[in-house]
Amino acid sequence: MQHYEGKKSVRRQQSIALLMSAALVLTGCGSTSGGSGDRPDDVRIAGLWPLSGSNATQGNDVLHGAELAVEIVNGVHTDVALPLAAEAGLPGLDGARLTLVTGDTQGKPEVGASEVDRLVNGGGITAVVGSYQSGVTLTASQRAERFGIPFVNGESSSTALTERGLKWFFRTGPSDETFATTMFDYLDWRKQQGDQVRSVGILHTNDQYGNDGTAVTRKLAAARGLPVTAEVSFEPTAADLGSQVTQLRAKAPDVLFVMAYTDAAIKLMKTFQQLDYHPPALLAYGAGFSDPAFLTGSGALADGSSSRAAWSAEIADTRPAGKRVAELFQQKYNAPMTENSARSFTAILALAQAINEAKSTKPDAVRSALAALKVPADQLIMPWDGITFDAKGQNTQARGVVQQLADGKYRVVFPAAYATTKPVWPMREAGRK
Amino acid sequence: MTDLAQAVVNGVLIGAVFALVAVGLTLIYGVMDIVNFAHGEMLMLGMYSSFFAWSLFGLDPLVSLPLTGAAIAVTGALMYYGVIGPVLGKSPLAQIIATFGVQVFLRGLAQFLWTPDTRTVTGPWADDLRIRVAGVVIGGPQLIMAAGALVTTLAVAMFMNRTRTGGAIRAAGEDPTAAALMGIDTRRMYALAWMIAGAATGVAGGLVMNAYSASPTAGVTFVLLAFVVVALGGFGSIAGAAVAGLLVGLAQGVVGLYAPGYTLAAALALYLLVVLVRPQGLLGTR
Repeated sequence: MQHYEGKKSVRRQQSIALLMSAALVLTGCGSTSGGSGDRPDDVRIAGLWPLSGSNATQGNDVLHGAELAVEIVNGVHTDVALPLAAEAGLPGLDGARLTLVTGDTQGKPEVGASEVDRLVNGGGITAVVGSYQSGVTLTASQRAERFGIPFVNGESSSTALTERGLKWFFRTGPSDETFATTMFDYLDWRKQQGDQVRSVGILHTNDQYGNDGTAVTRKLAAARGLPVTAEVSFEPTAADLGSQVTQLRAKAPDVLFVMAYTDAAIKLMKTFQQLDYHPPALLAYGAGFSDPAFLTGSGALADGSSSRAAWSAEIADTRPAGKRVAELFQQKYNAPMTENSARSFTAILALAQAINEAKSTKPDAVRSALAALKVPADQLIMPWDGITFDAKGQNTQARGVVQQLADGKYRVVFPAAYATTKPVWPMREAGRK
Repeated sequence: MTDLAQAVVNGVLIGAVFALVAVGLTLIYGVMDIVNFAHGEMLMLGMYSSFFAWSLFGLDPLVSLPLTGAAIAVTGALMYYGVIGPVLGKSPLAQIIATFGVQVFLRGLAQFLWTPDTRTVTGPWADDLRIRVAGVVIGGPQLIMAAGALVTTLAVAMFMNRTRTGGAIRAAGEDPTAAALMGIDTRRMYALAWMIAGAATGVAGGLVMNAYSASPTAGVTFVLLAFVVVALGGFGSIAGAAVAGLLVGLAQGVVGLYAPGYTLAAALALYLLVVLVRPQGLLGTR
């Protein structure tokens, strides 16, 4: 009997050990960064991005932007002219530090939602930020809404995200509608300058980002009296874009709008060249076109392409703190700050300001502070008029610029206030010296 | 009409590449009844080999083809001896999980070693070639990928059907016991099959670097279609894979012209149509 009892308790100990290690595995997957350790008064923010999978390059870049913002808030940076930089931590919360807890969405909508579950159920999360791809932001923010936790997004532009009537969703960056308006303003200006703008074509990846961007482009084209003569979609993992480009070549629109992630964007440039098709103007909705890997991968083939942007190194120089932040980023990660990292940086900083003003880590209080947040233009690294959220959670003061690629570098061509060079039209001339 | 001709040409050219990617997959299945879920990752490693041969040693993807082929052949042998050998003859589920594990491992390893950045060979020789026939443009990379794929597919088919070693591999696949009694070292033949599949896939990886970019998930683009091609052509049939690859490419090209969002659906619909009539696939025997 004694022997039996002993065996049983060993077995119980074994099963407890097993349970505990399982719990460790389940809760220990995420990594934490920033902060000086888990002090009880740390403010925990969950960051969800595609850290593996086909968009992992951008995901890690976005993560770096967020990490830098956390570091600037937590440390003493008197050289950075931004709110919360000069003092350590959040003064509104007795100097509490931010802790960024990260989760990997793998770029999949369902994983994004389950990562919200995992991190929020882990406890102590004040707000969630993320998630780069619009489709993932969609599901992840719905999950946060159910938990009643603020979700602040900096990098997704799908217009639909702020049209869902969510109470806990805030977007600091421009929506595709803002971007599209800027691009159509650009086209109006080109028309006045005598360039031929009579028809519009759309080439888009067949997902949330691509379909929403297409809807917005169609809407604005109709409003400006421009016929959409070609609308061509492709599967996100399509092996070949030959047929799509053939179709565009046949319809020959004056201006081609493109929504594509990095891999497809490079493939597209190569296919244009192989099939000898060159649209007079190509306007991209960022994404792949903002990725440094796109610039190195397509080389001279991409010269003349234009893309909308929420940030660029040139613009950073015009902002009081922009240049210093870009320098710090370069020092820390040995890579240039990009539009994507600047956007996540801005989202985190806005959230930190809201938490600081709320003087609380309670989701309710942070939500109210976000809704009331007012950041003036000179406290941003972005070319925006400021940050003020409307009832839908969209920052109404976010703006975009149009930049064009020449000799492997983007230069701002519109609007005039930020332009550093004149646009080249038709785009093919851009690469020829 | 020119557009249709262009779409047909595009489709056939990419179809040849689908065929070559599928050859390695169908060969392994034909010989060992194992579905290699890490096939796309072998292709991905081939693409990286080609990229690094270019970026480190300045070798054009066409020049480094023998190297990429050899590198992935060695990878194939390592996979066989390290992972597949031990689960051979065990439950099919164990084999599936084993190859699936290799897939996850290789993808993670690639991201760890080389970061998730997209790597592209800029200005390969093939870019300079372009043929224009009656309004139809044939890009150099497309033409060279397709030609290389057809030659390699044919070479593998000839080896398997016309040489003694190829016969021995097939024998080991059809009846291992009888083959062993005839003095064939079946394990060695299996390893050889993995090496040939690896070589074909490595060459495919080198060829596609003329037009595609390497990244840890680059294999995904091709491998889903490779599975369709293998099933459509008939499991284990190399000739079937060749025919099915061309058909899938053609279907994607033509459908892509009229309904560009449905190219994958077109490939799968074609597969469904064929298996309704011929469940064993076009040239399959079982």
